[in-house]
Amino acid sequence: MKQLGIFIKKEIYHILRDKRTLVILLGMPLALVLLFGFAITNEINNARIALVDLAQDELSQEISARLAASDYFTIEDQLPQVADIEPHFQKGKSKLVVVFPEQLQSNTRRGIPTSIQLIADATDPNTATTLINYAQAIIYSELQESTDNPKPPLHIQTEVKMLYNPRLKSVYMFVPGVMTVILMLVSAMMTSIAITREKELGTMEVLLVSPLRPPLIVIGKVIPYILLSLINTAVILMLGTFVFGMPVEGSLALLGLESLLFVVTSLGLGILISTRTESQQVAMLISLMALMLPTILLSGFIFPIESMPKLLQIISNIIPAKWFIIIIKNIMLKGTGFEFVWKETLILLGMMFLFIAASVRNFKIRLA
Amino acid sequence: MNNTANISIKEVSKSYQDNIAALDQVSLEITAGELFGLIGPDGAGKTSLIRILATLLLPDEGVASLNGWDVRKDYRTIRSNIGYMPGRFSLYQDLSVEENLHFFATIFGTKVEENYDLIKDIYDQLAPFKKRRAGNLSGGMKQKLALCCALIHKPVVLLLDEPTTGVDPVSRKEFWDMLGRLKAKGITTLVSTPYMDEASLCDRVALIQKGRILDVGSPNEIIDKYKHPLLAVRTDDMYRLINDLRTFDFTHTVFPFGEYVHLSLIQTVWPEVIASYLLSKEHTGLDIQAVKPTIEDAFMELMI
Repeated sequence: MKQLGIFIKKEIYHILRDKRTLVILLGMPLALVLLFGFAITNEINNARIALVDLAQDELSQEISARLAASDYFTIEDQLPQVADIEPHFQKGKSKLVVVFPEQLQSNTRRGIPTSIQLIADATDPNTATTLINYAQAIIYSELQESTDNPKPPLHIQTEVKMLYNPRLKSVYMFVPGVMTVILMLVSAMMTSIAITREKELGTMEVLLVSPLRPPLIVIGKVIPYILLSLINTAVILMLGTFVFGMPVEGSLALLGLESLLFVVTSLGLGILISTRTESQQVAMLISLMALMLPTILLSGFIFPIESMPKLLQIISNIIPAKWFIIIIKNIMLKGTGFEFVWKETLILLGMMFLFIAASVRNFKIRLA
Repeated sequence: MNNTANISIKEVSKSYQDNIAALDQVSLEITAGELFGLIGPDGAGKTSLIRILATLLLPDEGVASLNGWDVRKDYRTIRSNIGYMPGRFSLYQDLSVEENLHFFATIFGTKVEENYDLIKDIYDQLAPFKKRRAGNLSGGMKQKLALCCALIHKPVVLLLDEPTTGVDPVSRKEFWDMLGRLKAKGITTLVSTPYMDEASLCDRVALIQKGRILDVGSPNEIIDKYKHPLLAVRTDDMYRLINDLRTFDFTHTVFPFGEYVHLSLIQTVWPEVIASYLLSKEHTGLDIQAVKPTIEDAFMELMI
């Protein structure tokens, strides 16, 4: 026990004395969460739009006012005629142009079919679609209210209700995602680097020729990183909750335990990598290529797994991050308890034992 | 003394992936309490042999044991009871002198104070720098610290892989003085070195080359086996001197040796004969002295 104690102490010295790495380790979660929260987002805020108001009547004014009043749009320009739209887009001044036809109000009142034209700059298709959807919603609601006949005959309305994330805020998606990526990075990459560093500097040679048993060396190496990972988890959760209003509906204790499980699974992976590599660079490259990329791309963090090709969907099953994201989304957003995530937890547990068993088997008690 | 141990190596062979034998049927017996030197150039197999004894490598063939503990079966016992200093500085550079020593004492289940008398001589020299990070020490200081860390658990056998390589002459001398004092405490020490002049500081040495032991014995025994008359020669043109001596009728071998050339002869020849030969080759500034052979001469002789 004393040996383990001094080993952990030594490891903490390593971490604390390597100031640059420490700053990265603790600063990265902050930077990533803030970056995803404020900059990298697929929500639309204050998109610039232009209007071509050929109607110039009360209804067109009201719709314009409503568009301008929403957070989504800022009216950049009023164009006098349809012919001005093309040059306007080419200058890149706005993303969307709304064209009100002549006699909009009188035609609508009389029940003559009229259409308001929405022209979007689809060089960025996702943004264009989102803008159109927002604009449509605003225009419909205005038309609903303004027409005297609230229930048009034979007209079926769909009512959409978005559960768990009613405002479709992307923060709900990226907080679990960023948390997963950071935990993976700190746990797997940092431990694999920390262990290979001992090999590279030759200190592993001295540790091997000592009464220290290999499991003790590994445990001593990883405990400080577990602590670091848990600190990062707390920082990300607090940022998500206090800065971006991310809810944590379920039990915090369960969330903490599941995070710990994921951290240990990642550590297992990190140790496994370190048993197979001799230098820090190789360990880092393997961690980045084999762990970080799949974690970002195939875990459902950025791209939905359901829309992937079948093969990638199958591959995504072996990525621990996928299961962890499912678990924490369930706990944070739906507020479900353990009874709904036990399957995913079991899968993670299985992976954890697999990785740890493999790394114990692969740990070399000799050189070469 | 009861805390000493012998080292026994029998027909040990080891080769790496490239199939070049690093060790070829090496056998050595090192008696308890001995300061034993493993002398040989780089790539001779010194590190491989020491690593096998430190249980870091498995021999392909043969058996080796320390104090009767087999390097294969009893590796755990060996690891708890030996002190090992790798060829490369292998302490934590970001920990201070004190912290390194404390760390190694603790992982060996002991305290710095417990065996302090063993390292006192060495540690006294390090004490002024005890708060300094190990990475900022000079080469000699680093090796002294590494020796302290290898000794802190009072090992019965000390394995030192080229401890004086890259260390200044003064620190080298101090280091060997320490090894001498450790010998007095009865610790069996195996030390490898590429420096021939260090051989005379050992009780016995083994000369190793290309994975084979060329000779084993006390430094004097090895030197005594050298039978050729030996002269140290220098002139103003050393390069031409070597070439000219090689064509001299009575020459056995010619090797550069510091400022001189060591010339060994097939039979005793009057120095005047050599002088007149060199003068006939238009050499100037002649200096010819009869010298006693050193370990290096003996080694060169064995290598031919």
